[in-house]
Amino acid sequence: MSNAEMLIPQVGIVTDIRQDTPDVKTFRVNALEGGKLFEHMPGQCAMVSIPGVGEGMFSITSSPTNREFMEFSIKKCGCLTTFLHQIEVGQKVCVRGPLGKHFPVESEFKGKDLVIIGGGIGIAPVRSVINYCIDNREDYGTIDVVYGARTSKDLVDYREMIEEWSNVPGVNVHITIDIEEEGWDGHVGFVPNYVKELNFSTDKTVVMCGPPIMIKFTLAGLLELGFDKTQVYTTMELRMKCGIGKCGRCNIGDKYVCVDGPVFRFDELDELPDEY
Amino acid sequence: MLKISMENIDKLYAAIKESRDLFLPIESAGQVQFAEYTDDAVVRLDVLKTVKSAKDAFFPQSEDLMEFKVCGKEIDVIPPSGDMKEFVIMGVKACDAKSFEILDRVYLKEPIDSYYALRREKGLVVVQACGRPEESCFCNVFGIDATAPVGDVVTYLVDGTLYWDAQTEKGKELTEKIASVFDNADANDDAKVEASKAETKAIMEKLPFANLDLSRFNGENMMEIFKDERWNELYKACLGCGTCTFVCPTCQCYDIKDYDTGHGIKRFRCWDSCMYSDFTMMAHGNNRNSQMERFRQRFMHKLVYYPSNNEGIYSCVGCGRCVNKCPISMNIVKVIKTMGVTDNE
Ligand SMILES: Cc1cc2nc3c(=O)[nH]c(=O)nc-3n(C[C@H](O)[C@H](O)[C@H](O)COP(=O)(O)OP(=O)(O)OC[C@H]3O[C@@H](n4cnc5c(N)ncnc54)[C@H](O)[C@@H]3O)c2cc1C
Ligand code: SF4
Ligand code: SF4
Ligand code: FES
Repeated sequence: MSNAEMLIPQVGIVTDIRQDTPDVKTFRVNALEGGKLFEHMPGQCAMVSIPGVGEGMFSITSSPTNREFMEFSIKKCGCLTTFLHQIEVGQKVCVRGPLGKHFPVESEFKGKDLVIIGGGIGIAPVRSVINYCIDNREDYGTIDVVYGARTSKDLVDYREMIEEWSNVPGVNVHITIDIEEEGWDGHVGFVPNYVKELNFSTDKTVVMCGPPIMIKFTLAGLLELGFDKTQVYTTMELRMKCGIGKCGRCNIGDKYVCVDGPVFRFDELDELPDEY
Repeated sequence: MLKISMENIDKLYAAIKESRDLFLPIESAGQVQFAEYTDDAVVRLDVLKTVKSAKDAFFPQSEDLMEFKVCGKEIDVIPPSGDMKEFVIMGVKACDAKSFEILDRVYLKEPIDSYYALRREKGLVVVQACGRPEESCFCNVFGIDATAPVGDVVTYLVDGTLYWDAQTEKGKELTEKIASVFDNADANDDAKVEASKAETKAIMEKLPFANLDLSRFNGENMMEIFKDERWNELYKACLGCGTCTFVCPTCQCYDIKDYDTGHGIKRFRCWDSCMYSDFTMMAHGNNRNSQMERFRQRFMHKLVYYPSNNEGIYSCVGCGRCVNKCPISMNIVKVIKTMGVTDNE
């Protein structure tokens, strides 16, 4: 595909909008003639734009195994995201993708027990992995999902986790919130501590995504438990514009995160300047 | 080789203009820049350095990418037409000509940037050997021969005569079309050109930066150079103005923005600078928060990161524009001199 096609978006239509938390909405997007705009793999992203408002990179949070539509979970934080939070079903949006590398669900992850850790909006990219692995259940071992948010109201798509994921054999869902709250009888505490408490056996493969501070402490905890960096994957979030390795925004060391990532294994990051 | 006296040079410009757009170093408001040739233009082939580089021809400072028609919830995307008139850019020096190769390695790599590729296809490069290199020049450090620039046609300006030597198919095709404006050069002319080249080379060797040592930037010590404490001193006076990135022929970063024309939305790209704080600004913070980190990024990219991805080729052509234009006299030469030796050397 040439860059013209890579920079020029397709037009899709928003067919459903779900308010997940006070500042996160999940948007369902279809091609104008129905179905999906394009295929992708878990962890890949797309540039979503409203002409005249802006363009932004978002993880495709739906699984490729979903044949009908694509979903984006979008946190309100600036110009474009605020605009998107005001649109209604039927709004056309521009989308280009799929962009970036995906999680190695077809290679390294196969046959492995997986621990999938998400913090806040960081659940967006890993949700795709979870649903993909659940839909190809026989290819993977047990799946532990650890998900944390500031308060119970900030948990994205709590219902799917409780009603669907936790009912799948071999899938365990561990949810935590940062601070004590009335009416919450689940776990309370930060994700890094919870992960240490859960004391996962060190033959598992770990995927994690969340705010930089969570990543930093969770990784330290995992290494203490005896995990090796080669077992832990994450996705990186950097400012992006082109998404195809040309505009220079996301350059760190000799890597362009938009094409060499956003999915990285932690040992790969050791060879890079820590500018993320 | 062909030749034309500078007294008749307008005939050459007019002949080229019959079939193509023509860009030349043109003086306007006290500055010499590559601009489209018009009958009343003050062409300055004698000037060595245009303020901005020649990269504008293929990677314009600002360029429309597409248009949108937006009406309520509806959006139509109008892709670019892909039409473009063939053009000639003339008077390009060896350093700028080499920068095209450096940009090619980014924009023509898969996925190919078709906007850039279209300009490369439609554009014909007439290079000109340097006569009098300036004190800020150091192209030789990057293996560039100022007297043997690479392009579709090579020209030499010696004693009021322009010598014209087509190199590529594209160059020969143009030359055939405009052959009537030229005379044939003879052995005497060849000797004049050779003498002029030798003179330039002799000047080149004596320039103050001719012996810059790049050996520490050898692709084996990215993290060592990145972590070098001396960045903390080097960056200090940097204003973050971005001038060095805008005048640089090899800087390749761009921004993408939308603009409401009143009749629709235009999406365009424009040069951007890693020296600016908002270049990497994100909602949860900035991964290059200090000017030191941004300063280091620019020079690490030129001397370490780009070579790492491109078989050791540096992303600097020694044009010296940053040497001339930085308001605080910081530049890549000082960076090479400081970082090029280890602390204890
Ligand atoms: C690979 C990748 C995947 C992402 N996935 C998601 C996702 O699934 N869900 C989601 O809600 N967000 C995601 N983001 C972040 C999202 O791209 C930004 O929040 C969005 O572009 C902000 O656009 P805006 O116009 O609303 O903000 P602007 O008005 O442009 O800016 C508002 C604030 O957001 C900052 N910002 C701009 N771009 C980014 C960025 N790329 N990352 C973080 N902050 C930014 C600005 O610096 C400013 O502080 C992802 C980013 C990347 C790089
Ligand atoms: S190095 Fe000089 S020209 Fe470049 S941003 Fe700093 S002050 Fe400006
Ligand atoms: S870094 Fe300076 S000397 Fe090197 S190509 Fe850019 S402007 Fe010219
Ligand atoms: S976003 Fe442009 S290079 Fe990565």
